[in-house]
Amino acid sequence: MGIASEAPFHVLAVDDSLIDRMLIERLLKTSSFHVTAVDSGSKALKLLGLIEDEQRNEEPPSISLEAHQDIEVNLIITDYCMPEMTGYDLLRKIKESRSLKDIPVVIMSSENVPSRINRCLENGADEFFLKPVQLSDVNKLRPHLLKSKVKDEEHRKINNKTRELTEIHSPR
Amino acid sequence: MHSNSFHCSLSLSLYSSTMDRAHSRRHVASMKQSLFDQGYLDEQFIQLEELQDEANPNFVEEIVTLYYRDSSRLISNLENTLERKPLDFNKLDTIMHQFKGSSSSIGAKKVKAECTLFREYCSAGNAEGCRRSFQQMKKEYAALRKKLETYFHLARQAGPLETAFRPK
Repeated sequence: MGIASEAPFHVLAVDDSLIDRMLIERLLKTSSFHVTAVDSGSKALKLLGLIEDEQRNEEPPSISLEAHQDIEVNLIITDYCMPEMTGYDLLRKIKESRSLKDIPVVIMSSENVPSRINRCLENGADEFFLKPVQLSDVNKLRPHLLKSKVKDEEHRKINNKTRELTEIHSPR
Repeated sequence: MHSNSFHCSLSLSLYSSTMDRAHSRRHVASMKQSLFDQGYLDEQFIQLEELQDEANPNFVEEIVTLYYRDSSRLISNLENTLERKPLDFNKLDTIMHQFKGSSSSIGAKKVKAECTLFREYCSAGNAEGCRRSFQQMKKEYAALRKKLETYFHLARQAGPLETAFRPK
């Protein structure tokens, strides 16, 4: 019988603004999430174990090397407007990655641009928050996390069942 | 007899310090009310106060302090960019977008309004408008800083009882 893990969900927050990083961190911690905050999309990808190797000439530059994920991230919340890599670029890279595509992604923006919002949602973003983000927004995150957790639990049950059956048939 | 008078004076001093604190809290409340009435702050400031708890009793003061420290660099940047001829409106707009975002995150209502105006002048390529609204923004920014310094000082004196109530 599996014991439900009470470890808090781990959220990766991405925002180039120092003030907004401080705010999102406090919002998430108040809601009992464990938080890691970084200031760029490339730092986020590095943390997620997704390394892009542009030096490789044999492969087209769009292919990313997928390294083993050292830390577990349950949700990514990112600002839209960031220099170099926008939140949209980051969303696309995550959704194109075999290992990361199932992690829910939420986009934040100070600008209410319907076409921008639609584009993000159509490309896999689970939510779009207008800044400044409030506690009522953060409260919307849990269902997305629980949905992913159920998926993970299902996988784990299947694996455990398989292991059980294997042990029965191979006595010590 | 001795213990009676001791108890008497102890409860009197407790009473008066309780009254002092109640008075301080009323003072903080009325200052906050006036900051809202005069349009210096908006709802976001209340949101920030709601994030304070026993473990993080000074969050609002900390984030406001960080705002003033961090945004000073953006202001210098704007100042330098405003000195170039001709004006690079795109660059000005980009910097102001960042500054407006931070100002919005701490509930700085008047500062934020001035940022919006500045960005409108950028879109219109209006150099004089940009310079004027930049000067006005700096005035609001400085005025808010003074008000908040006073407010936080009063709030600290009044003690950690909830300050996060909504003004009328």
